Amino acid sequence: MSTTPRPPDAEAILRGDRRALGKGLTCMEAMDDEALRLLDALWERTGRARRVGITGPPGVGKSTLVSGLIRAYRALGRSVGVLAVDPSSTVTGGALLGDRHRLGAEAHDPRVFVRSFGTRGSTGGLSRAAPFALDLLDAAGFDVVLVETAGVGQTEIEVAATADSVAVVLSPESGDAVQAMKAGLLEIADVLCVNKADREGAAGLVEALEATLDLGAPAPWRPPVVATRGLEDATALFEALETHAEWLLEGGRLGERRRRGLGGRLKTLVRELLSERLLAGRDALLDARAAEAASKRRSLLDAARSTVEEILR
Amino acid sequence: MSAPSPRAPLPRGPRPIRVLVAKAGLDGHDRGAKVVAQALKDAGMEVVYTGLRQTPEMIVKAASEEDVDAIGISLLSGAHMTVFPRVLELLEEGGLSHVLLTGGGVIPEKDREALLASGVGMLFGPGTPTAELIDYIKREVALRRGRSK
Repeated sequence: MSTTPRPPDAEAILRGDRRALGKGLTCMEAMDDEALRLLDALWERTGRARRVGITGPPGVGKSTLVSGLIRAYRALGRSVGVLAVDPSSTVTGGALLGDRHRLGAEAHDPRVFVRSFGTRGSTGGLSRAAPFALDLLDAAGFDVVLVETAGVGQTEIEVAATADSVAVVLSPESGDAVQAMKAGLLEIADVLCVNKADREGAAGLVEALEATLDLGAPAPWRPPVVATRGLEDATALFEALETHAEWLLEGGRLGERRRRGLGGRLKTLVRELLSERLLAGRDALLDARAAEAASKRRSLLDAARSTVEEILR
Repeated sequence: MSAPSPRAPLPRGPRPIRVLVAKAGLDGHDRGAKVVAQALKDAGMEVVYTGLRQTPEMIVKAASEEDVDAIGISLLSGAHMTVFPRVLELLEEGGLSHVLLTGGGVIPEKDREALLASGVGMLFGPGTPTAELIDYIKREVALRRGRSK
């Protein structure tokens, strides 16, 4: 892997060539042969960046907080790569990727790189593509890699959860603590952030979140609940994330978390590759078994099991 | 079993056309840009919307990071004879000459022709049906993608 010389585009990415990185991220989006080649060449350079995930319901002010986080990291002289994931239309496949717009001046800083991804439908493979895009930003040498997703689908939540530290952002309008629990948002949070804290109901939401955390079994890390009012005090979120980063550095927790994360990603990839290979050219078999289930000759579960037996024979 | 290759990648299908929509100049009228952004999205494109008061430098930085096929600039302030040539120049410097540069606004016919001759794409006046713009972008991007292969 490292014995062969790196391809020119991989070298260009390591040199900080913006266009090469832009093109490389397109390969990650597509998950094609080019992506495989780039990842092989650059994998050894991953694992240096601090990875932060920001997720939460639409409209809670994630982009504004991301903008504040970028400012805070830049004030410390750190370079920042951002991946902003926005939903694609399930009807046309089109997407309006507006995060760049909301990030404002931060997006123009030469040591900040912003890339927008559309989710491209639920079967579009975002869960594979986005973490690899973060790997590429990491290998490209950014000190901090931020990923922002709307916490509406399981995939988007999972993508954010691949980060070292995950902030879940809520607002008084986004629903109560129970809804956040139902969406699976609370369990991935390392930091909970109640944004738009000057609005009615914010204090109540903070209290409810604290109470919900009290109900859970004692964990080695209890997510702090911070209240923010957009850019003004995004530093409160920044500090909570930094505290989590310091905690991760104790006792090899970061390494352990990353190994677990890679293990999870590996399992998902193997599952997808396996099913893709095993199902290749099996459409006729699947159609026949489905017809049997439809005409009640077999139960659906029996049809599935016998299909598997036949494929593995 | 007929497997394609031992390390089969997981392709995600054809890439939607990606377009950067930017509002250049100092005026604050971005309604046209927003209408266009929405229409392109509805036509199945991925639209990166950058908002108001973008300089040519900002536009080209965004275009390279987002790896777009086309840039659409809305310009009502009369600065088109400086903005479009400058963006074109920066695109060439940045190795992005494959990117289609188009746009619209209040631009006199003779300026449009001069810009077209210099390598800028078609520019559309106010009231142009969005379908016309969509067709143009689809056609041009298909040509350019074919060429760069």
